[in-house]
Amino acid sequence: MAVDVPASSSDADQRFDDTEVRVADRSPVAAEAAGVSRGAAQRGSVTRVVTPTISVRKRLHEIWLSRELLIYLVRTEIKVKYKNSVLGLVWSMVAPAMTLAIYFFVFSILLDNKMPNFVIYLFAGLLLWNLFQLGVLTGTGVVVNNAGIVKKVSFPREILALAAVGSACVFFFFQSIVMVIFMVILRAPPDPAYFPLLIVALIAGVILASGLAVLLSSINVYLRDTQHLIEVVLTAWFWACPIVYSYQTVEAKLGPRHLTWLYLANPMTPLILAFQRCLYNKPSAVINGKLTLILPQHGYLWYAGLVGIVLVIGVVLFLVALATFGRLEGNFAEEL
Amino acid sequence: MSDFAVDVRDVSKRFRLAHGQYKTVKERLIHGGKRKSTEDFWALDGVSLTVKEGETVGILGRNGSGKSTLLKCICGVLQPTKGEVAVRGKLAGLLELGAGFQQDLTGRENIYLNGSLMGMAKRDVDRVFDAIVDFSELEEFIDGPVKFYSSGMYVRLGFAVAVNMDPDVLVIDEVLAVGDERFQRKCIGRVKEFQKEGRTILLVTHAPDTVRSICDRGVVLSHGHLVGEGEPGEATRIFREGLMAEGAGMAVADPTLVAVPAMPMAVGMDSVPDTDRPVRFRSVHRVYSGDNSVPYMSTGDDLTIRVEFEALDPTPDVVFSLEIRDFVNNMVMRTDTSIIGMSIDAPRGISVMHFGIVKMPLLDGTFTFAMGIQSRDGILYDWQESAGTFAVMNPGKTTGLVRMDVHAALISTESDVDSSAALA
Repeated sequence: MAVDVPASSSDADQRFDDTEVRVADRSPVAAEAAGVSRGAAQRGSVTRVVTPTISVRKRLHEIWLSRELLIYLVRTEIKVKYKNSVLGLVWSMVAPAMTLAIYFFVFSILLDNKMPNFVIYLFAGLLLWNLFQLGVLTGTGVVVNNAGIVKKVSFPREILALAAVGSACVFFFFQSIVMVIFMVILRAPPDPAYFPLLIVALIAGVILASGLAVLLSSINVYLRDTQHLIEVVLTAWFWACPIVYSYQTVEAKLGPRHLTWLYLANPMTPLILAFQRCLYNKPSAVINGKLTLILPQHGYLWYAGLVGIVLVIGVVLFLVALATFGRLEGNFAEEL
Repeated sequence: MSDFAVDVRDVSKRFRLAHGQYKTVKERLIHGGKRKSTEDFWALDGVSLTVKEGETVGILGRNGSGKSTLLKCICGVLQPTKGEVAVRGKLAGLLELGAGFQQDLTGRENIYLNGSLMGMAKRDVDRVFDAIVDFSELEEFIDGPVKFYSSGMYVRLGFAVAVNMDPDVLVIDEVLAVGDERFQRKCIGRVKEFQKEGRTILLVTHAPDTVRSICDRGVVLSHGHLVGEGEPGEATRIFREGLMAEGAGMAVADPTLVAVPAMPMAVGMDSVPDTDRPVRFRSVHRVYSGDNSVPYMSTGDDLTIRVEFEALDPTPDVVFSLEIRDFVNNMVMRTDTSIIGMSIDAPRGISVMHFGIVKMPLLDGTFTFAMGIQSRDGILYDWQESAGTFAVMNPGKTTGLVRMDVHAALISTESDVDSSAALA
């Protein structure tokens, strides 16, 4: 008779012996040897459940738990972006500086815009816009571009979109430093009273960008046009915001027809206005001996109210985006 | 006791097979938002499976049976359409050719990326980093971008990362088949180590031998359904049976009866009209000695091939030959009655003869046999190229082609002898 025939009985015994060994090996020493610090006690205690859909609340919780991953991904994103480039992060400042220079040249010199400290005005708007645009633009493509990871590893995938916005925040930070330098050189002090509002506006902008990035990144998996469409939309969106022109030039045209609300319906407008109100700090200026209005002439509450509304819109959008992402996420691994 | 490590609860996964879906906005707009007809395809249909802690389970199935989809659902990469999967403890997965790497990052960076994707802190990755590099044998390449890695290197790094992340549950999809043989052995060695440490392992494979040699239990998937589970041998058997039932031109309806067709001629044979053949086959049956309710025999059973033949006239000294071939048509054995030392004189009319194979030594597989009738001086009377098939299932754990009697003994070494002498 061959060795392998008396299988069932003795094999079962063998297996039983193995089990004994396993139990012994679960000692903290064995775990330590395997490189675990948390010890064997915790092993097997966490139960993860994969379900058809994950509730938005659970998603938020998971995002919170993955914050370390988020930070890591932001770092990676920046690292990948400037891989093999000599100047690296400097590029993140060169490109906006170039935009700034061009707009300044066109509007201030060619079109003879006499707005005082026009660079500061431009920069104040561009700061926030660049954050928003970069976050949404890179965020949209992020699931498709990270297919290699999305298809293989399970993690809260919306983190990828958030990391795109996160890296845009890093660039925002660098550009802010340049902004401060400009303000010091040009002796254009900001309005400290509006600082808290600027912070809230920044938060609202980040949430808005995150919501859009999460939403579009999931749609982009199924409709790859999204990526190209959003580029076009963002270009139009840019001109719909009072960045290179002043709010009052639009107000002058729309105000008499009571259509200003339409202009303010663009959620980026109130945020950019808040930035300008704080950093540019010149609601009106005397240009060519004539008092010219630049920013809305309303008080703090008007600004705060609008920013507050945008914040609420942003939060709602973000939650809707998470829910949509959750519905679409289930088949990512197959669609990519 | 609910000591499960992975609990798959009635999981179904539906895919929409689009018949050329409109992927772009333009197409969608042109077609007025209508979707092209889609067809639902259930890659998994109500699959339930409980894997106990410390168990090694092999998932067998043909291509497209839903194995990989099941693993993806377990890993959480895909979400099931219905049902849920509970996983206790940390899970590391190697899905279809390696882990998820970011092409532009170096091997080193990818190790950290994977670690943080799995929820490990940087210092935890620091601790296992050297072990990963060591295991993957990629010391020189670890700081190069993974896009320059060969596929073998890719898999090596993926495996090294997965096993060193200290998972409680390791999920492996078909990756053991990649990489050179030495690395494969290393991987299997590591998997066995994991088993000893009481970790849970789930692996998908086409190779029943892997299941047999590594797993505690096997499950068989077919068309998204769990069609069987049990001991590795049992699972392998179910898998093979399923393969046979599904095709490859195997006789299914009555596998024991192989009707002799109206003689499609074997190559190189004189085209003697059927009725003019002095001796010809009428039918060939094969009979298993064991349980006849199942369409296979076990290794060690006896096989009888019952041949009914007809002679027009009494023909002296007829030789019956038998050839056994495996599924790729390699000859396993050829013999005939003259080799066996038997001479047969065929009387006029219908007679029956038997070939008996005692204690089938072949292990798993489906084998075909060819039979011939000829005169002693080599004139071929009749030839059946595929006279029949038989299937063998190996109940034990040995793998390979044939069973051999293998004995093992520990011979005491000299020092043992010395010490025992000293004790005495």
